[in-house]
Amino acid sequence: MKQLITFIQKEFHHILRDTRSMLVLIGLPIVQLLIFGFAITTEVRNANIAILDNSKDEITQDIITKIESSQYFDIDRTISTNEQIEKSFKSGKIKLAIVFQPNFQYELSHSNKAQLQIIADATDPNQATTLTNYISSIVMDYQNELNQQNKLPYTIKTEMRMLYNPQLKGAYTSVPGVMGMILLLISAMMTSIAIVREKELGTMEILLVSPMKPWLVVISKVIPYFVISLINVVTILILSVFVLGLPIEGSLFLLIASTIIYIFCALSLGILISTVTETQQAAMLISLLGLMLPVVMLSGYAFPIANMPTILQILSNLVPAKWYIIIVKNVMIKGIGIEQIWKELLILSAMTGTFLIISIKRFKIRL
Amino acid sequence: MNAIEVNNITKTYSAKKNFVTAVNDVSFSVAEGELFGLIGPDGSGKTSIFRILTTVLLADKGTAKVMNLDVVKNYTSIRNMIGYMPGRFSLYQDLTVEENLNFFATIFNTTIQENYELVADIYKQLEPFKTRRAGKLSGGMKQKLALSCALIHKPKILFLDEPTTGVDPVSRKEFWEMLKRLKAQGISILVSTPYMDEANLCDRIALIQTGKILEIDTPQNIVNRFEKNLYAVKSKRMFNLLNDLRAYSKTESCFSFGQYHHLVLNEEHPDMNELKSYLKDHTELEITQIKPNIEDRFMQLMRK
Repeated sequence: MKQLITFIQKEFHHILRDTRSMLVLIGLPIVQLLIFGFAITTEVRNANIAILDNSKDEITQDIITKIESSQYFDIDRTISTNEQIEKSFKSGKIKLAIVFQPNFQYELSHSNKAQLQIIADATDPNQATTLTNYISSIVMDYQNELNQQNKLPYTIKTEMRMLYNPQLKGAYTSVPGVMGMILLLISAMMTSIAIVREKELGTMEILLVSPMKPWLVVISKVIPYFVISLINVVTILILSVFVLGLPIEGSLFLLIASTIIYIFCALSLGILISTVTETQQAAMLISLLGLMLPVVMLSGYAFPIANMPTILQILSNLVPAKWYIIIVKNVMIKGIGIEQIWKELLILSAMTGTFLIISIKRFKIRL
Repeated sequence: MNAIEVNNITKTYSAKKNFVTAVNDVSFSVAEGELFGLIGPDGSGKTSIFRILTTVLLADKGTAKVMNLDVVKNYTSIRNMIGYMPGRFSLYQDLTVEENLNFFATIFNTTIQENYELVADIYKQLEPFKTRRAGKLSGGMKQKLALSCALIHKPKILFLDEPTTGVDPVSRKEFWEMLKRLKAQGISILVSTPYMDEANLCDRIALIQTGKILEIDTPQNIVNRFEKNLYAVKSKRMFNLLNDLRAYSKTESCFSFGQYHHLVLNEEHPDMNELKSYLKDHTELEITQIKPNIEDRFMQLMRK
């Protein structure tokens, strides 16, 4: 027992004295969460738009005020001709333009029909769709207001509700993704590097020629990274709740418990990597190429799995992060209990077991 | 009982269809309390033998016993009772001197205080640098720390793989004095070195070359077996002198040894005047008969 404690102390010395690895371990999760939560987002805010009001009547002013009062748009008021609109699009000053037909109010009240043109810059199709949808819904709202005064005989009213993420915030997908990525990175990559470093520096040779059991060496390597992973989970959750405004709908206990299972899975993967590599560089390369890429590409975090070719869909089942991200989304955002995620938990546990069995088979008690 | 017994050990490495026999049918034994040296150049298989005996490497053929325990079957018991200092500096560079020693003491289920006497001589020299990181020590200091770490659990046998390589002459001398004191405490020591001058400090030595043992005996007996007359020859132009000596009809062998060439002639009572007249072109010529050393014997054996 004393051996184990001293060994773990030694591991913490290694970690704390290496500023580079400290930065990776503690700084990276925070930076990544904030970058993915704030900077890289599909939400649209403060988009520059132009409004060409050829009518300038009461109704067009009302609509413009409504558009203005939403937080999504900044209106460029200097535009007064169609040519200027085209120029502004080309120079990239605006993302969208709205053109009211002349005599808008007159047409509306006499022929019951007035036209409003929405022109969007579709070089970024997602953004263009989002922006036009925003404008359409603002105009629709206004139309409904008008209609309340003079009722139409038949109306179908569509009512939309965005469940679980009513404000369509990007953080709802990025937080589970970042958690899946960070925990895998720290637990698997750092653990494998820490074990392989002993081989590379030759200290493994002395450790082997000591009464310390090899599996105890591995355990002592794993525990510090387990602790650091837990610290990271807590920081990520605190940041996502208090900074990104993400709620934890489900049971916090269930979330932490399934996270611990995922950490175990990542740690056992790290041990497995360390048994097949001889140098720190090789361990890092395998971790980065073999883990990071699949986690980003195949976990359903960046791209929806359902849209992938069949072969990639099958491969994605082998990525532990995929199952973990499903769990986090269900528990954290949808507030679902264990009855809906036991299958994913079982898969993660089975993966952990497999990794450990292969590692034990491959673990060398000699050089 | 012998501390170490090695019987017909062979170890072959394969790298991309190239087979290298690092250890070739090696047998020797080390008595309890003996200071035994493996003497040979780099790549002669010394480290492989150390690794096989310290149970971290498996031999292809042959058996080996340490304290009467088989290195394959009883490797856990052996790992409990030996001290091993690998050829490469294998301590934690980012831990301090004291932390390293403390770590290895704990790993071996002991404390620095418990066996302090054993390492006191060595550790006293390190104590001023107690809080310095091991990576920042000088070469000699590193080796002293490594020896302290290998000794801290009071091993019955000490395996030291090239402990003095890369260490300055003064530290080397100190290091060997320490080994003598450890031997006096009853610890059996197997040490390897590429420096022939250190061979004389061992009780017995094995000369090893390309994985084969050439000879095992006390340093004195090994030197005595040289039997031939040996001359040290020197002149102003040493390179030409070597070529001339090698071309001389009565030369058996001639090697460059630092400032002198060591010359062996194939006659029992050679005519020195004849040699001198053969070398009449050389200025500042100097020929003296000398006593052979271990390196001379090593060269002689290598030629066979």
